Amino acid sequence: MIASTREVRTRNTRGAGTRAVLAAGVVALAAAACAPGSSAPPAASPAQPSASAVRTDAAALGDVTLTIWDQEVRGGQAAQMKQLNAAFEAKYPNITIKRVSRSFDDLNTTLRLALSGNEPPDVVQANNGRPQMGAFVKAGHLRPLDAYAEAYGWKKRYSQSVLQYVSYSADGKVFGQGNIYGLPQVGEVVGILYNAAKLSELGLRPPKTWEEFEAALAKAKAAGEVPLQLGNLDKWPGVHVFGTVQGRHVPADQITTLGFGRKGASWTTPENTRAAEQIVGWVDKGYFNKGFNGQGYDASWQAFGKGEGVFLIGGSWLIADLEKVMGKDLGFVLPPGTGSAPGPVATGGTGLPFAITAKSPNPDAAAAYIDFITNADAMKVLTANGLLPIADTEQQKVKQGPQQDMFTAFGTAAKENGLVPYLDYATPTFADTLGAALQDLLAKKSAPQDFLATLEKDYKTFVESNG
Amino acid sequence: MIRTRSSSVRARAGHPPGEPRRVAFLYLLPAFAVYAVFLLYPIGRAVHLSLFDWDGLSLGTWAGLDNYVAIVEDEGLRAAFGHALVLVLFYAVGPLVIGLTLAAILNHAKVRGLGFFRTVVFLPQVVAMVVVAVAWRRVYAPDGTLNGLLGALGLDSLTRGWLGDHTFALPAVGVVGTWFETGLVTVLLLAGMSRIPPELYEAARLDGAGALREFLAVTLPSVRGEIAVALTLTVIAALRTFDLVYVTTRGGPGNSTSVPSYEVYHRAFGLGQVGSAAAIGVTLTVVIFAISFVINRVADREVS
Repeated sequence: MIASTREVRTRNTRGAGTRAVLAAGVVALAAAACAPGSSAPPAASPAQPSASAVRTDAAALGDVTLTIWDQEVRGGQAAQMKQLNAAFEAKYPNITIKRVSRSFDDLNTTLRLALSGNEPPDVVQANNGRPQMGAFVKAGHLRPLDAYAEAYGWKKRYSQSVLQYVSYSADGKVFGQGNIYGLPQVGEVVGILYNAAKLSELGLRPPKTWEEFEAALAKAKAAGEVPLQLGNLDKWPGVHVFGTVQGRHVPADQITTLGFGRKGASWTTPENTRAAEQIVGWVDKGYFNKGFNGQGYDASWQAFGKGEGVFLIGGSWLIADLEKVMGKDLGFVLPPGTGSAPGPVATGGTGLPFAITAKSPNPDAAAAYIDFITNADAMKVLTANGLLPIADTEQQKVKQGPQQDMFTAFGTAAKENGLVPYLDYATPTFADTLGAALQDLLAKKSAPQDFLATLEKDYKTFVESNG
Repeated sequence: MIRTRSSSVRARAGHPPGEPRRVAFLYLLPAFAVYAVFLLYPIGRAVHLSLFDWDGLSLGTWAGLDNYVAIVEDEGLRAAFGHALVLVLFYAVGPLVIGLTLAAILNHAKVRGLGFFRTVVFLPQVVAMVVVAVAWRRVYAPDGTLNGLLGALGLDSLTRGWLGDHTFALPAVGVVGTWFETGLVTVLLLAGMSRIPPELYEAARLDGAGALREFLAVTLPSVRGEIAVALTLTVIAALRTFDLVYVTTRGGPGNSTSVPSYEVYHRAFGLGQVGSAAAIGVTLTVVIFAISFVINRVADREVS
């Protein structure tokens, strides 16, 4: 009895062993055979229809349901979207809009999965940069919109400096040139927000030159104020401050090449070194609030709104919220030029562009929708909701104050080709590399040279592998 | 007909009593099917993905073990695993020491309103980690509660942006873990201690043991099983920390609080390096499995 059980057990284990080997073999075979993503569409981008082949008469498209994923969830953004969607449905009763809106972060994380599915939404808001729009173009998930751009005259309404932010080569490798893959509603520009009441207390005026700005920081410090409010816990806010400083020291075309991750520029230049040194100098002089690396972004601009800080380097997107708190005390200027480089150079770009997915069965209706939310009437709706329309900016009538400042700033920068891309567009990993490296630099854990070497390594690695 | 029955009887005679083994497996099948679909398949799929270079969108290319080699070679990732080990100190060792002390006191002193204290100590466990993280983010803010407290004590020189400080960010995150896990450990140990027969304590006291001696000789050996459970749970929690880091620091300042789980999320959803993310996930699973195995092995051996 005992012997037989033992024998049975050995036989069983031997059997299990053989089976395990077999199973391992099968798994290995399967692993080598079916690569992930094999159900994805071919990487070649879908064929471009000619302008005459696209239909622009949305009312004649029959009953269509458009699924739209956007991230317009805050205040004025949410209001304009609701208003425009309702107007669109009223104008074209045959088209029903199924809107899915999520926060920016949630959209970022779910979009990739949604697009690789078999029934993606028709219209999606995809971030301009390489990890999103670039990757989607490369995978053939987005439809090139050039035929629609021609049919609807988008290229006439949008300046070339704006369209570069939504342009990619068909293989997704070159950013800033090639086909158009989306259309944004709003513009963004990073500038200097100031507390007008505090400026006049200090006997200062809004800075007209970079030297004046630095002098104002020094004076604010001497008077016991926080000269420059910064909340860098979330890593990226510092990038906007550094980008602004960089714009005073580095020629705009170099920043553009670096920012779009194209060949032919370098981080380890004397100009970039001077920019890094200047921002470290501000840390040394105590221009930033104490513990800025541990301060959250929202907490930081809210503190500025409550009067903690004379200046805040930040984006035009903060103005609507801050104006509610500060009213006429809020001012906004483009980062002023230096004596040697007076032209306006500002980090800026577009809101998230609306793109059409390659698998959408209703591209004509989708394009009609995108045209509707970006046409001249839509721009007026955006203005009325306190946003910064990306086209026809100068035609808008707004009352004097921060909103007027913002319109002037963006209009000037766009007209004079002073917009330079967000630096984190450069490579898929650059947002992290730069964010972490800047926290290190500002905490004086690394020297300007090491900081720039870190950035150069990421940039060069990407540029070389991108071909 | 007759032959079949007799042969089945004969077959059964050579086996242990009860249904034949194949039937037993049949009983296991429903549970196994669920387990396989929701656990084994995803794990297998993750291992499979980790062998590819895949962006989550286009066709993946076979990478073999490259992703694993990269984990070993990548200084940043090694650091991330290092941070996770530091968090083990805060999540597991700290709560164990505090929990043992607290539980011994609560148990020994026969405090009135024990239920109340148990609830209070356990409370952090009930709150979602994201809520905990948001609350602590405010505590650690430059103008937050902690700095306010230090200022009130005249310790202004110690105030700082805790989560933005290269030296203190990781311990600051760890302390949240300690605060969070202490309740669980304490309640586990209290349950264990309440099962110790009072005669053991009487005997120890008759032998002239003091409170400390009593704790070491009676309490500690009796709750060895609970300690193993507590350590297993808290070590796993420490190693797979994600939500806390995601909400408080996003791995910063610099990369001083990056942890493997955050890297998995970040690479898969942010950077589109799905293969690499899967490889980190698989490695983390192996590490967690190994550590839990050792903990339980050690606890078992000492018992027997």
